[in-house]
Amino acid sequence: MSHKTFRGGVHPDGHKDLSKDCPIEEFLPKGELVFPVNQHIGKPAKPVVKKGDPVLAGQLIAEADGFVSANIICSCSGKVKAIEERHTVNGGRATCIVVENDGLFTLAPGVGTERDDTSMSGPQILDAIKAAGIVGLGGAGFPTHVKLAPRNPEQIDYVIANGSECEPYITCDDQLMRSRSDGIVEGMRLVLRLFPNANGVIAIEDNKPEAIAAMTKACASDSNISVLEVKAKYPEGGERNLIGVVTGRQLRFGQLPADLGCVVCNVSSLNAIYRAVCKSEPLMSRLFTVSGDAVVKPHTMEVRIGTSCRELLEAAGGIKPECIAKKILCGGPMMGIAMSTLDVPIAKNNNALTVLAQDEVELAEEQMTACLRCGRCGHVCPIGLVPQMMAEAAERKDYERYEKKLYGLDCIACGSCTYICPAKRPLMQLFKQTKGAIMAAKRK
Amino acid sequence: MSSIIIATLAVAVIGMLIGILLVTVDKKFKVEVDEKQIAIRECLPGNNCGGCGYAGCDALASAIANQEAPINACPVGGDPVAEKISRMLGLQMEKTEKVAAYVKCSGDCENAAARCHYVGIHDCASAVSSGLSPWTCDYGCIGFGTCASACPFGAISVNHGVASVDRSKCKACGKCVAACPRHLIELVPESAVYAVRCSSHDRGAAVKKVCKAGCLACKLCEKQCESGAITVENNVAHIDYEKCTKCGKCAEKCPAGVIRKKDVS
Repeated sequence: MSHKTFRGGVHPDGHKDLSKDCPIEEFLPKGELVFPVNQHIGKPAKPVVKKGDPVLAGQLIAEADGFVSANIICSCSGKVKAIEERHTVNGGRATCIVVENDGLFTLAPGVGTERDDTSMSGPQILDAIKAAGIVGLGGAGFPTHVKLAPRNPEQIDYVIANGSECEPYITCDDQLMRSRSDGIVEGMRLVLRLFPNANGVIAIEDNKPEAIAAMTKACASDSNISVLEVKAKYPEGGERNLIGVVTGRQLRFGQLPADLGCVVCNVSSLNAIYRAVCKSEPLMSRLFTVSGDAVVKPHTMEVRIGTSCRELLEAAGGIKPECIAKKILCGGPMMGIAMSTLDVPIAKNNNALTVLAQDEVELAEEQMTACLRCGRCGHVCPIGLVPQMMAEAAERKDYERYEKKLYGLDCIACGSCTYICPAKRPLMQLFKQTKGAIMAAKRK
Repeated sequence: MSSIIIATLAVAVIGMLIGILLVTVDKKFKVEVDEKQIAIRECLPGNNCGGCGYAGCDALASAIANQEAPINACPVGGDPVAEKISRMLGLQMEKTEKVAAYVKCSGDCENAAARCHYVGIHDCASAVSSGLSPWTCDYGCIGFGTCASACPFGAISVNHGVASVDRSKCKACGKCVAACPRHLIELVPESAVYAVRCSSHDRGAAVKKVCKAGCLACKLCEKQCESGAITVENNVAHIDYEKCTKCGKCAEKCPAGVIRKKDVS
């Protein structure tokens, strides 16, 4: 019997074999580390250090400003070199705290000490998560302490661990589940203590049998945590789809997962919660995949947040001499952001660097035709939108129709429509831009 | 024969009846239109470009007639149109200076450093939102011609990667000013001689890396200017045309050649 899945979606080549079985190495950066203050959804953090201040690994350098915001933790020891505007991975600029790395990675006092979590109450756990600066590590970067404090904690009956890493090339969550399954389960236990009526479900795609075996073993002693195998399909790991697959409940437009009694956390976030609460280790590092057909040694590393992408690519052996890196993406090929420079730091929610020798977008541009009105985009849209009509409205700049009639703001920018489009139209770019324009107009 | 007569008569009678009906309807349901408004509408250019901020020429005409808009509100028609309207309404007219769009960037293929080979939607706003403009400068002209396609008068063209305005065709409607995602276009008075051709807010050293013709914010122009018309704010020089005496000392001293005669490309 095939495993549960959602309606729509596509099946891009996974290319996960490139990095899947390479051992995880810890990578310690040599150069300076850069911490943008806006590594999360919400208000940018407020720097609490000045130029010239000495800092230690694990020290707070920018604190959450407001409710939906997150702390930023220094991941190396050294001296604050500057607080200035720098480029970030998404091509924009942001205020960044630049730390001159002394290469010693001296820990701040108290970091890494074991903590007895059994005596901790719910609010204490949340405080520890907030202090550690944990955000959704799957990609969205929503502050975790906000996500775990909904208005209706007793109505939450599902805590879903998202282990459905559906984006091609990326294997860091898969490798995390295989190597650190105990940490993830421990993180899940901590989260379940916040929600008395909830059961934990770890949803993993069926193309990761080793991860499924490891996680099943790790949670065997817990009656309220189970592993659910879901069908490998893109974008299975989308929050909205995953809730539908696990619980059978459909998130309506404008609803939050908590409205349906669900909380969805990425497996890396759960591991980070475990480390923050039980080991007093704030969010300093994460697993990061460097992959792609132009990379000499594609593999997953444990990297410090703030490391420059250039160093990470060099750590993966750089670009194959016979290849020209046509496209460098932060993230995978479906949702990743194309980069024009490698001299940008990775943020908390970045999980991969993909270097491709061939630019599919460039090829697509040459073959682009007018819309054929075949409707395939509507068939594959995982949330049931009609991309063809959205594109028409977006091109006419009819934002009212785009938002009110076509629900265009609910587009998750997964790129399935662009992937399937036989006319090779750049739908996702158009939708992302339109969403940005509408949101900017709303803020005014 | 008689059938022809009957048919002719029938048509004539029907025609007359319809005629009477139409005249009655016209009299009875007449929409009152201000004659002033019609006369003003006749004076306006009729491009319906929206440069005045109203929905079109009809909307502006009604606004002028109701004294909600000044008589020189049409930027396209300028003084001649305002004069016509003022003569008709018997109002005093204030003289307005003709302005035209000016692109404050000289980062063309020769001057600007290339960033990447951009693929995707060929539109300046798309390039800006993706963070992947073809040039390294974060403030310069992208050169995909979003302003050119917004211009209803065909006054803008993109040459060597930078937009330029044909000032004789420009009607100063301001559509390009709104369309440019990097806010590079300013309406500059026709009488102005010198203009700043850069909008970068970066410091001098950073500008030098990305463009041969960028404002270095050295403030030499500010010091040279005797009338105090030039100020350097946010690392870029700005000329106040009300104070400018057109002496040209700023352009003489500018080391990057950013302040230039505006009609010289």
